[in-house]
Amino acid sequence: MLRIPCPFCGERDHHEFAYGGDATVTRPALNDSSMEAWYRYVFLRRNPKGRHREFWQHVSGCRSWLIVERDTATHEIFGARMAADATMESNRG
Amino acid sequence: MAEQMARLPGGGRIDHDDRRRFTFDGTSLDALGGDTVASALLANGIHLAGRSFKLHRPRGIVSAGVEEPTALVTLRSGGRTEPNVPAPMAEIHDGLTVTSQNRWPTLRFDLMAVNSAAARFLPAGFYYKTFMGPTRGSWMYYEPAIRRAAGLGRGTTEADPDRYERRNAFCDVLVVGAGPAGLAAALAAGRGGARVMVVEQMSMAGGGLLAEPPASAADQWRQATLGELAGLENVELRPRTTAFGVYDGDVVGAVERCWDHVAVPPEHQARQRMWTIHPGRIVLATGATERPLLFGDNDRPGVMLAESVRRYINHYGVLPGRRAVVYTNNDGAYATALDLKRAGAGVTVVDTRTGRASAVAAAAIAEGLSVWPGARIDSTRGRQRVSRVRIDDGHGTNDLACDLVCVAGGWTPNVHLACHRGTRPEYHEALGAFVPGPLPDTQAAVGSMAGALDVDTAVADGWAAGRAAAGKGRGNAPPAPEVAMAPGWPNGAKAQKPGRGKVFVDLQNDVSDSDVALAWREGYRSVEHLKRYTTLGMGTDQGRTSNINGLALMADLRGQDIPTTGTTTFRPPYTPVALGALVGRRTGPHFRPERRTPMHDRHVANGVVFTPAGQWLRPRYYRTHGADADTAYVREMEAVRGNVGMTDVSTLGKIDVQGPDAPDFLNRVYVNAWLKLPIGKARYGVMLRDDGFALDDGTTSHIGENHYFMTTTTGEAAEVMSWLEYLLDTVWPELRVQATSVTDQWAGIAIAGPNSQRVLAEALPGIDIADAPLPPMGVTEATTDDGLPVRILRVSFSGERAYEVYTPAGYGDALWETVAMAGEPHGIIAYGLETLGALRVEKGHPVAAEIDGRTTLDDLGLGGLARTNKPFIGDVLRQRPALTAPDRRRMVGLQTEDPEAVLRAGTLLFETDTPIDGHGIGHVTSAIWSPSLGRHIALAFIERGREREGDIVSAVSPIHDERVAARVVPTVFLDPEGERIHA
Repeated sequence: MLRIPCPFCGERDHHEFAYGGDATVTRPALNDSSMEAWYRYVFLRRNPKGRHREFWQHVSGCRSWLIVERDTATHEIFGARMAADATMESNRG
Repeated sequence: MAEQMARLPGGGRIDHDDRRRFTFDGTSLDALGGDTVASALLANGIHLAGRSFKLHRPRGIVSAGVEEPTALVTLRSGGRTEPNVPAPMAEIHDGLTVTSQNRWPTLRFDLMAVNSAAARFLPAGFYYKTFMGPTRGSWMYYEPAIRRAAGLGRGTTEADPDRYERRNAFCDVLVVGAGPAGLAAALAAGRGGARVMVVEQMSMAGGGLLAEPPASAADQWRQATLGELAGLENVELRPRTTAFGVYDGDVVGAVERCWDHVAVPPEHQARQRMWTIHPGRIVLATGATERPLLFGDNDRPGVMLAESVRRYINHYGVLPGRRAVVYTNNDGAYATALDLKRAGAGVTVVDTRTGRASAVAAAAIAEGLSVWPGARIDSTRGRQRVSRVRIDDGHGTNDLACDLVCVAGGWTPNVHLACHRGTRPEYHEALGAFVPGPLPDTQAAVGSMAGALDVDTAVADGWAAGRAAAGKGRGNAPPAPEVAMAPGWPNGAKAQKPGRGKVFVDLQNDVSDSDVALAWREGYRSVEHLKRYTTLGMGTDQGRTSNINGLALMADLRGQDIPTTGTTTFRPPYTPVALGALVGRRTGPHFRPERRTPMHDRHVANGVVFTPAGQWLRPRYYRTHGADADTAYVREMEAVRGNVGMTDVSTLGKIDVQGPDAPDFLNRVYVNAWLKLPIGKARYGVMLRDDGFALDDGTTSHIGENHYFMTTTTGEAAEVMSWLEYLLDTVWPELRVQATSVTDQWAGIAIAGPNSQRVLAEALPGIDIADAPLPPMGVTEATTDDGLPVRILRVSFSGERAYEVYTPAGYGDALWETVAMAGEPHGIIAYGLETLGALRVEKGHPVAAEIDGRTTLDDLGLGGLARTNKPFIGDVLRQRPALTAPDRRRMVGLQTEDPEAVLRAGTLLFETDTPIDGHGIGHVTSAIWSPSLGRHIALAFIERGREREGDIVSAVSPIHDERVAARVVPTVFLDPEGERIHA
């Protein structure tokens, strides 16, 4: 039973969320025509043990997509932030 | 009336004035209020309670708790039947029916006891070496017989009439176990002002203190503590509640047996309640289980755990025997010996310890107790009750008549809950026991569970833990209760010398010391292999009284110490949990939500037969049109193609997309072009996944400035919504677009047929739906004269002239009625999903059966839809070699050569005249009998489909033993020019 701290709604049970995959991979730009880049993005994943960032959507709540930091071995959750904020930040950077 | 011959008058905490009757295997017996099945049977002088799993040996009552390995009974009857209940845990109520298990025809005379005679052919793992012939298929002859012989109790197939519920609980401190350590912790945390929840498995709190007599100092301490806790508003004590598991986030699962102790739960009350507890801190005080000593034929009824016997005497007021032998390797059992003596039994103590007598032993001898020091029990005699023990004092053997043997081999802490999160327990050499390993900051283990040797330590540690958990506290720990004697710890858990006769280690699964030796000989030496090869510890008691003894034997054989040998993994649940409790109220109509369209009741009134589509109920067909689906849809189709029909399309996914960047967003998400779609027009669109496969299709309308109305398929609505939200949140947060699900907000009706325009015009006068203002793929918004807001989309799924009319959901029923009334003089009928499906197959429209996540745009024949002059999602990977290979299966139409032949969805396609072997060259996805063509037609995927037009192939169904000749034809069977939409 994990508790995920949604920035909008507060701490909620993980049942309110849907898991959305690895948030550490870089999505190619829409007009990136490299087959290799898209292949890597869609099909290749590391399977790290330890702290990891991943997407969850608060489907039963505000429906925001979040980036949650979770330890894949202990399930300890270290925090969550709005995915939109993270993307905008890295776009600026 | 049967007498309770073994009841101690006035003894125990049971209510001597509350007489109850119950039946055991049909015999009516007396009991008292507070009795369990075990104590009541013992009070009536009954020890024989069951038959062992494999060998069907007579077995009795061993313990007074959940560790009970052998006295497993079936309670109640009918839909309330509950098998495999440990007799010491089943509370007696008046009228309770109790049945013994695993015997036929009776407990006293069990024919399966013949297994005992064949015992040497039935060692551990015998089934791995037998039942292997004469042929490979022979197993299927043995299997039913083995299945019938396996198991202990029998469940019921009748529906459970009771309710169960689930609740969440939040607290600052959760205390598991209300023995002295747990009560002290609760007191500390409670006085400190924390919100405290205490869960206690038994019906009465006290733990080990319940083995002390009432009115003793210990009991007074217990009552005073409980009294204070009851007076604290911030403390909640729940008896009959077992914490069965500790989970991620320190969440604890517990089951409360609210009403198992009465015949029928009060009206509207749940029989059992499952708690999901979210504590800030956990104090574990789950106590310890007594360990038996091993000797020959140690499984006879009348061989019981020593501390359990104390509990029967002092708590239940029952004397389980009149001539007792107490067999012990520690001091603690002397308390049992003295209690037996005081209750009037003749007692002999057999103490394995050599050397000087301990202070306790010396005092007991001084009190007149007969003690054999440095001796061991070799074996027992007796058929369905122990009648004699053979004692070996080192110089020779002596037989002693007895009717009760109390064994005391030390204690095994109940570490389970401390191990559920993965911490391995640690071996404590001096105690000869495993104690909890290091726990996280939020948890603490106290009392005998943590190896506390005496009640003073238990109370002090409990108090400290409770105070620490509350984070605040005042005052000092209260004095500990005086108990008769501390439970004793032996000097290590050494392997015991075998006796004569069968020495049982696991009493439930009939695992003997020779089975452990067999496992060792055959190489199954790790503790995990020992467990699984012999089944030691795999019964309903999970090896509570057998794991350490088995471990010690294996360690001895391996010449290793116990810590090296290790333990198996402790997993939830601690004790069995009824499925009903786990399900709670989510059963029957509450199993999953049912989504109904706004016109649901109207369909019911019209004689609908519904079909589930995901969570939705959709009309399948209407009974007035035919006796079953196959006849009804023909009539409905004829009405639609020849006249006019109406159908409920409210379940389609609908997404409102708004914003200045909305056209750009659609352009990125769909394969086709959207920037130039004018207001008032709609367009068919397909979207792909990132991996290049088709995700979904739908029709999106440009209804206003920066405002689009997207539809999706019913089945993919949720998926597409989350996908769009994903893109807008994580990939393109800079796009000025808002996407909102409006599936439930809009009701939708499709009106289709040559007369559809006429009917709609009459239904919605004042709205101009002539061909000029509303051409094909046109969309308009208006309000009817009655004030009904509508969005009309001229789109055809059926191939006929057709309109989809949307109105806010609250008006859905009114809209349906309006259209139906206008259509009535024209003979309009309602049609369902069966017809919808048949209409679209004739027109070659793909639906979920074709867009199943494994097909590409090109496979579906929609490759021409993609615009290559703009990037869109999925464009790159759809071009990878596997997805563009020339031999890919492409969508085609099929029709039978023989008008009587049947095509079925799911059948495989093979070349004509080839053997049926392998996966074939294609498969059929949708098939109907077509009224328009007078034969079966289908949509299918076949290798190199586009090049095969005109070929005859075989559609094969091995299940139906059919091989049908079918011709490959274009996917559009009817009106390929699409002229009928203008009719």
